[in-house]
Amino acid sequence: MSRIYFDNSATTCVDDEAIDIMTMYHKDLYGNPSSLHRMGVEAEKAVEECRNKIAEMLSVKSKEIYFTSGGTEGNNMLIRGAVEKNKRIGNRIITSKIEHPSVLEVFRYYESQGLDVIYLDVDEYGKIDFKKLEESINGDTILVSIMMINNETGAIQDLKRIGELVKKNSKKTLFHSDCVQSFGKSVIDINSCNLDMLTFSAHKLHGPKGLGGVYIRQGLNLPPLILGGGQESGFRSGTENVASIAGFTKVLQNIDMKSNTDRFVSLKKYFISKVASAVDEVIINSPQRDDFADFIISISLKNVKGEILLHALEKKEIYVSTGSACSSKKNRTSHVLEAINIPRDYIEGTLRVSFSKHNTLNEIDKCIEALAEETSKIRKFTRRK
Amino acid sequence: MEKIILIRYGEIGLKGLNKHYFIDVLIRNIKDSLKSLKNKKIEKIQGRFIIRLAEEDIHRACEALKKVFGIASISVASVVEKDLENIKEVAEILTEKECRGDETTFKVNARRGDKNFPMTSPELNGYLGGHLLKTFPNLKVDVHEPQFTLFVEIREKAYLYTEIIPGKNGLPVGTGGKAALLISGGIDSPVAGYMIAQRGVELMGVHFHSYPYTSERAKDKVVKLMEKVAAYSGRIKLFVVPFTDIQLAIGEFCEEKYSTLIMRRYMMKIASELAVKNGALALITGESIGQVASQTLESLAVTNAATDLPVFRPVIGMDKHAIIDIANEIDTFETSILPYEDCCTIFVPKHPQTKPKLEYVLKEESKLKDIDEMISEAIDNTEIITIYPK
Repeated sequence: MSRIYFDNSATTCVDDEAIDIMTMYHKDLYGNPSSLHRMGVEAEKAVEECRNKIAEMLSVKSKEIYFTSGGTEGNNMLIRGAVEKNKRIGNRIITSKIEHPSVLEVFRYYESQGLDVIYLDVDEYGKIDFKKLEESINGDTILVSIMMINNETGAIQDLKRIGELVKKNSKKTLFHSDCVQSFGKSVIDINSCNLDMLTFSAHKLHGPKGLGGVYIRQGLNLPPLILGGGQESGFRSGTENVASIAGFTKVLQNIDMKSNTDRFVSLKKYFISKVASAVDEVIINSPQRDDFADFIISISLKNVKGEILLHALEKKEIYVSTGSACSSKKNRTSHVLEAINIPRDYIEGTLRVSFSKHNTLNEIDKCIEALAEETSKIRKFTRRK
Repeated sequence: MEKIILIRYGEIGLKGLNKHYFIDVLIRNIKDSLKSLKNKKIEKIQGRFIIRLAEEDIHRACEALKKVFGIASISVASVVEKDLENIKEVAEILTEKECRGDETTFKVNARRGDKNFPMTSPELNGYLGGHLLKTFPNLKVDVHEPQFTLFVEIREKAYLYTEIIPGKNGLPVGTGGKAALLISGGIDSPVAGYMIAQRGVELMGVHFHSYPYTSERAKDKVVKLMEKVAAYSGRIKLFVVPFTDIQLAIGEFCEEKYSTLIMRRYMMKIASELAVKNGALALITGESIGQVASQTLESLAVTNAATDLPVFRPVIGMDKHAIIDIANEIDTFETSILPYEDCCTIFVPKHPQTKPKLEYVLKEESKLKDIDEMISEAIDNTEIITIYPK
């Protein structure tokens, strides 16, 4: 039985070429970028090469990119940095109800510290309420943080419009976006979105775990979260993750966004058309629309426990997720699914299928077949009640 | 000066002619618990054991010994030749460690086992106490509630120590036969296993795994729980029984309100069979009266009728919080409350029968035509995992 991996929004396999490069950097080119000798210089060059590549992809300056240990650190350092810097000039921070925990928990922390925190509602498609956003931005607002692509449903926020609203209403409000799901998969236009900061991660697009980064608009001068040897222009101390960074350069060079998008579009289209005929009482939470990512499909099945279905599929070497990896460990219904108002008897039966460039239509056939078979098995017991 | 661990055993010291058997088993268990430590020597002396090992391992050894049933108490003692100069010197070192703040109260508790030693116990108390008072000006004697006691035992050598660490007592595991613990992953069953092991009973574990209705993580959780119990009971063989087919059949053919009860009866049957095959003489469960529908007296009676073996339920009369206290003590609580589905939660009936009658249950069970084959298949496909203390 060959493995079918449909959990690519949790993490992805690392590109072979990147692994080779990482091995080389671990075995031979293991210098510390801070060292004065040649090995150090070579390591530094590898780090700068990756920084340049990322800057090029985002059409920003290299010195506006900083490496981190991943998306969670990035979100923490930016939100905390922005609040610490500007809390003297304002007290209000705004986010949405469907953010990743690494954003939401930081906002909750500041709420407990007495800041005026607004959590924007979303509609049934997971879109934030622009009117409410506009009303919420006042002279006291120092930060708006809204994710680009939601990790559970794939809903894409209109960052351009949000950016316009933010900047129109307040010059001093910083605009941040968690772009962990979208970086490398969708075009992110920092300028027209008026973004001051964004977060990305390497392991969601075939890079290694333990590496991510942030963009910070030049001149913002946020206070750092981690102090020490002064790496990353003093903003993020700690020896650079050179091998991972060097491998990530290769990953980014290999990205063919056009061909990936075409693949995702056809996979999603096929999946949605198939699942609707194979299973009854199913809700598609990620419709095929321009404002939804093509690589994430969330479905909710009536009278099914998502976790059981997940394990039944796993038995057949098919790997999917219930909600997101982060909320599925806690055994409670997801805050995102609750925010988009999925009916009670469907919400527990939510599965997320997320694609990578390696997935095929044939894998979808096998997945749907197994899904239909296992769903009817489980419903045999749950329907009687 | 050498540091050793002094071990006192409790109840087994009172045994009669088979005392040596209990002592040998206890020594074996002590050796097992110290398996990961190098170069240790264990020696039997009158009413005690002495363990010699590298000084840096002493703390770890004590932590392990605190969990060995049959040990009454432990002390880390300094050993010297039994002449007064040596004894005084060690007494000073130990006392210095105990002195804190402006005033520290103490007493000396000397016991002369070797009657050739020139001073009697009270004489030695007076002599050492006086010497220490002179040496440490902040010291004061309090014979009723001293902040520390300096114990001095004069035997073939002199042993000095200031702390008596209580052991778990009970009987050495293996002296009381073997029993099979039904373990679900909840709070109660590890506690039940621990309590029975305390009476010297060796454990084997039986866990019912309903994959894919329960996950790999649910099984890992049971393994982790058994590792914690094994720190007390010693090595455990865990039998993981594939239970999905039986559970599905019950769900399909039997009346819903009896499903949990019937499931539990088959668990008892399979556990009994595994127990008998592996030399266990009884079953252990974590049942507690009235905790859930399957633990009413009526339900317990129906479940009990599924086996001929004695069923031990050590937490039967305990409140939940008392069970949780023990779970915390043996460090299983945090693991028990991890939220993975266990086999009992999936097919829970909406309205379970709380006052079942055996005849109705048997009638429902008779609807399962292939159950005997399913049971032997489950037993044949049982996975055996050997669990070592952690």
